[in-house]
Amino acid sequence: MSKQQGKGDLGLVALTKSFATFTAVHPLDLVVPQGSFFALLGPSGCGKTTTLRMIAGLEEPTSGRIRIGDSDITDTKAYQRNVNTVFQSYALFPHMSVLDNVMFGLRRRGDKDAKAKAKEVLELVQLEQVASKKPTQLSGGMQQRVALARALVNRPDVLLLDEPLGALDLKLRRQMQIELKRIQQEVGLTFIHVTHDQEEAMTMADSIAVMNAGRLEQLGDPATLYEQPRSTFVANFLGQSNLLRATVNPGGTDHVVTVRAHDTDLEVSREHLPEGVRDVWLGVRPEKLRLGEGGGPNQLRGIVRDVSFSGVATQYSVQMPWGQELIVVQQNDGTARAVLGETVTVSWAAQHGFALDASQDAEAGAELVDDHG
Amino acid sequence: MAWIKRHLISFAAIAVLVYMLVPNVVVAAFSFNDPKGKYNYNFNEFSAAAWTNPCGAQGICESLGLSLQIGVIASLTATVLGTMIAFALGRYRFRGRSATNLLIFMPMATPEVVMGSSLLTLFLMLGVPSGRTAILIAHIMFCVSFVVVAVKARVATLDPKLEEAAADLGANPTQTFLRVTLPLAAPGIAAGALLAFSLSFDDYIITNFNASPSSITFPMYVWGASARGVPVQVYVIGTVMFVLTLVVVMTGQLISSRRNRQVA
Repeated sequence: MSKQQGKGDLGLVALTKSFATFTAVHPLDLVVPQGSFFALLGPSGCGKTTTLRMIAGLEEPTSGRIRIGDSDITDTKAYQRNVNTVFQSYALFPHMSVLDNVMFGLRRRGDKDAKAKAKEVLELVQLEQVASKKPTQLSGGMQQRVALARALVNRPDVLLLDEPLGALDLKLRRQMQIELKRIQQEVGLTFIHVTHDQEEAMTMADSIAVMNAGRLEQLGDPATLYEQPRSTFVANFLGQSNLLRATVNPGGTDHVVTVRAHDTDLEVSREHLPEGVRDVWLGVRPEKLRLGEGGGPNQLRGIVRDVSFSGVATQYSVQMPWGQELIVVQQNDGTARAVLGETVTVSWAAQHGFALDASQDAEAGAELVDDHG
Repeated sequence: MAWIKRHLISFAAIAVLVYMLVPNVVVAAFSFNDPKGKYNYNFNEFSAAAWTNPCGAQGICESLGLSLQIGVIASLTATVLGTMIAFALGRYRFRGRSATNLLIFMPMATPEVVMGSSLLTLFLMLGVPSGRTAILIAHIMFCVSFVVVAVKARVATLDPKLEEAAADLGANPTQTFLRVTLPLAAPGIAAGALLAFSLSFDDYIITNFNASPSSITFPMYVWGASARGVPVQVYVIGTVMFVLTLVVVMTGQLISSRRNRQVA
């Protein structure tokens, strides 16, 4: 929790939500800077949607505070908050035209220019030509944009998006990701985007809060989360990771520490090693592994057990002498390809590895990735 | 032969329609009769006398007025009560909810004779005099059930997210109800109200048990008159009622089909 909070920043202080039988959100501290595109990322049931609903005022927190700038909004009702939501199911009013839907919020506040403002926003989402239609006459993608327009037009302090692209097909989803990002940059409002899709979060957000089982796992910009995950959950949930069991050797230089994994000494950057831990998981991303000798000490030999070519890259599964299979992704950049059954050397640079406390489950988060589209 | 086969469903539909509509056509035709004697059973001579003087038979318009009055009051009261009950049952979990659900069905399942006579017993015990008030209470009671069923079906299809969205967009609970919930539930409420009115207007058995000599409703009047010869005016009122119902139903169909065409 930063001490100096900006005037439009959203602050969550020890925000907690417990239901009769379980705690959906454990005390959560978070600051979302004004004007940022912020993602709450996690598997279903991790508490991200509950957090969102508490910010919207649709769910009452068990304890903790919610602040926007200097004002504490914890005890205000949903309709008193200058916070708007784009619902997963869109929740458009079926008995009203698109224009009336978009004007709904402005009218409640008695805005005289409701119509002009609504038309302006409909133009922003490129729907001015369907203003007089009913929502049910529109396609899913169009309804999605109406829902966005209906929230945007009120210029809320915070705009909440609850898996807004979940119901769209893949192609449309990619298109809307770009569109959403463009709109956010254009209007400059704070967006909080709840999603279980790690790729979506990384493409769109300035910063991502990864949640798991009601707790914040890690907060950071997409690159930091990917390059330096601080838990096996983050390492597995955001992309793939190869995790090797290792023990930290004493000593090392200011920059590099050696660890011993399966009778091999391997190097890892000191800044990628959590302090005071001896048993670690040494992690390397599949695309950071190279087939062939890299010149450094980080080399392992194994047998190619699986090759799958996908055009831009080839994915290998290389079996180590102790049975573990490492995933190696090699760009299709003209370098020689390995064949099935071949014995190869796998290498990587010390700064591309990261070490995680070995008391964690190496599989955490991995099984969740494939569950969702 | 193939042509007949292809249109078999149409023939069946026409036959059913004829079967259902012939009595109404007969009533309409005989409303223009000038009967010989007191029974209006044979077509004697064309006359518009009953149409120009619909209140001509003694007591007929008083009974019609009473039926309309009871119908309007009973259906309005039942609609308000039934709508509230339907929302309570559809939206909230509370103690006695399933019991209420069951009891609401009772008036629809109970034979009218049983309900009429037991109501009479109850009113006698409580000292409620037979007549208009007793009839009204009885009608509201059974109409509520039908309104609850009609409105509850509608409430079940309402997405609670819509109300959340309204609150999220700054509508307080009253505005949310008036601008979102009520308009969306309106078709169910209207259907329930119309059903309640026609059930109340039409009811004979329960009404008869709880009526007094000064509270003769239209169905009671017709029943009473049938022994001595039904006046032609009854045919006139019957025809008007049929035409009105037809207009109401067709207007409803037209509106909903136009709405559907917009959607499609």
